[in-house]
Amino acid sequence: MSTKLKDLVKKEDVLTSGHRLCAGCGAPIAVRQILMGAPDDVELVVANPTGCLEVSTTIYPYSSWNASYIHCAFENAASTISGSEAAYRSLKKQGKLDDDYRFVVFGGDGGTYDIGLQALSGALERGHRMVYVCYNNEAYMNTGIQRSGATLKGSWTTTSPHGKESYGKTENRKDLTGIVAAHNIPYVAQASIGNWRDVVKKAQKAFDADGPSFINILAPCHRGWRYPMEKTVDLARLAVQTCVWPLYEIENGEWNLTTKPKEKKPVEEYLKQQGRFAHLFKEENQEVLKSIQEYVDKEWERIKRLSGEKE
Amino acid sequence: MAVKNSKTVAIVGNEAVAEAMRQINPDVVAAYPITPQTDIVQAFSAIAADGLVDTELVNVESEHSAMSACIGAASSGARVMTATCSQGLGLMWELLYIASGLRLPIVMPNVNRTMSAPINIHCDHSDSMGARDSGWIQLFSENAQEAYDNIIQAVRISEHPDVYLPVMVLMDGFIISHAVDRMDMIEDEKVKNFAGERSAPFTMLDPNNPACVGAFDTLHGYFFEFKRQQEEAMANALPVIKNVANEFEKISGRSYGLFETLGMEDAEFAVIAQGSGAGTIRHQIECLRSNGIRAGMIKLRSFRPFPAEELIEALSGVKTVAVFDRSTTFAGGMGGPVFNELRSSFYEQENKPLMVNYVYGLGGRDLSVELVKKAMEEILAMNSSGKAEQKINYLGLRE
Repeated sequence: MSTKLKDLVKKEDVLTSGHRLCAGCGAPIAVRQILMGAPDDVELVVANPTGCLEVSTTIYPYSSWNASYIHCAFENAASTISGSEAAYRSLKKQGKLDDDYRFVVFGGDGGTYDIGLQALSGALERGHRMVYVCYNNEAYMNTGIQRSGATLKGSWTTTSPHGKESYGKTENRKDLTGIVAAHNIPYVAQASIGNWRDVVKKAQKAFDADGPSFINILAPCHRGWRYPMEKTVDLARLAVQTCVWPLYEIENGEWNLTTKPKEKKPVEEYLKQQGRFAHLFKEENQEVLKSIQEYVDKEWERIKRLSGEKE
Repeated sequence: MAVKNSKTVAIVGNEAVAEAMRQINPDVVAAYPITPQTDIVQAFSAIAADGLVDTELVNVESEHSAMSACIGAASSGARVMTATCSQGLGLMWELLYIASGLRLPIVMPNVNRTMSAPINIHCDHSDSMGARDSGWIQLFSENAQEAYDNIIQAVRISEHPDVYLPVMVLMDGFIISHAVDRMDMIEDEKVKNFAGERSAPFTMLDPNNPACVGAFDTLHGYFFEFKRQQEEAMANALPVIKNVANEFEKISGRSYGLFETLGMEDAEFAVIAQGSGAGTIRHQIECLRSNGIRAGMIKLRSFRPFPAEELIEALSGVKTVAVFDRSTTFAGGMGGPVFNELRSSFYEQENKPLMVNYVYGLGGRDLSVELVKKAMEEILAMNSSGKAEQKINYLGLRE
């Protein structure tokens, strides 16, 4: 399938305009880029857990989705889509349905890293053919910027505020992509909305996979990260250039780096553009800044090693 | 009505339910094992493994995911079933409301087991009573036969266009689920024809008419109207349950309604019970009647919808009503849920019977013939004096 812009722009939008996400929100960009990788000759069922994307795209009696859509609850998008996919297989094998369908979830990091992790793990283990996309903005944005398992160390959120005795979130994020990869599913990837062609390629592979696939896509939120709204895509790109968010894929167990920054930029360049990290640039938080760089370096080396890259 | 049955079997309740599921042949079953429901999932897994059904069996990792998968599948036009009890039903709690709010026809046997703590795997009705306001139809069964019959009828009730609500079929843990019972099975073909094919008003798998399921409703939206419609659907279920029962009688020879009565035509006092306890109580009522005592009994089948008007009418001639509840409300001495709802039903009536409550059998405590006999003596005394010494009684409690 083509990843040429002139071909991709001809594809019909599945998420249409008129939704009520914030101007400058990373989530609909992620959705559009991913769905550019969906095959043309299939129908889609889209599921959302509770979150920004859900509340802003299906305000009754309107819907922005030019596809079948389901929202059930917060922690169960993966199990809800499991049921839909099982129904599809059942009806298809009984000859009650002719059309070809693909099943795709767009869940935030709250609904994926944290409250929805069990349902996701179960669905991956059972092998449902679905594309699970985590649009990762590193906090619970729908409820007003609370920390999640995806929030970077040092980050301010409303439940990890910095104060006299605190520099913000004290824990490093969990490696969800690695956790998903440990389920040995056909396709797992990390992506960023700052690298659109890479996203489309990965989405194409994810939709092609004969089984579950997972894409963890960085989708910045200017309300939560505290930066000017026009910088969303720039920040998503900078996260890759600083190796805070490495782009890689695991195809049938094979790790591959899909983007190697020409010059690895210091993490500070990324952090200083965001209000959520502003307090880290105070004298007393120098050590925290250092530890974030160390964490990023260590993770980057680990992923390079797994991907067979030379040191 | 005499109907020739294909097969009389000795069967435990759980297997009876699995057999009903085999005959219904649902498109999707998503379930998670929990004592004492486990044998339903096991038996149905064996049925699926032998290719006797077209069902896609989804062995989910929790009851939460079981109901979530049922919601996803039912929204996709599939006929869907699951089974659970106790803590499993508790884990499903938020999804029970979503299933009924989305008006999805899902059929679920709930093998009644109490709720922890202390942890206890035995029967009482506290699990399903906790879900009584979740918008599910709830049908009680007295034995394996009724559990089997209720499952088959539940499909039709649930999918009826005037209803579109999920149905819970209640059966007492261990007493029904694990005890061998005599049961008449209906021929496969007859059940198949009775169940028919599901016709869904919408499905996510219709390319010409994509569905948006679970849309977001706002403060100024339609939420209140949806809920009012759900209440309406529950009221509509009352005649539908009766009509489906009438049709079912034609293939089974067994008659069902919203409740079953014994001796109510001349009863001076009546006992109301639900579930397996009704058998022990019936025996005692029959003993009393053979001694010329005008005792009566109502076995409640449909707890949701609650047939208030019909119950008032059936009880119009009695002086005393004793309600047996296998759970309590923890309202601080108000008694059990059936007692409360029945008392509330009588509020506008000029002639109210004397009403007493017997809470019994919590955590599987046995309801013996002796206990029921003791209660009957008390009820008789109350009926003669016209006074209840104690409104809420705990039958079989060690004090």
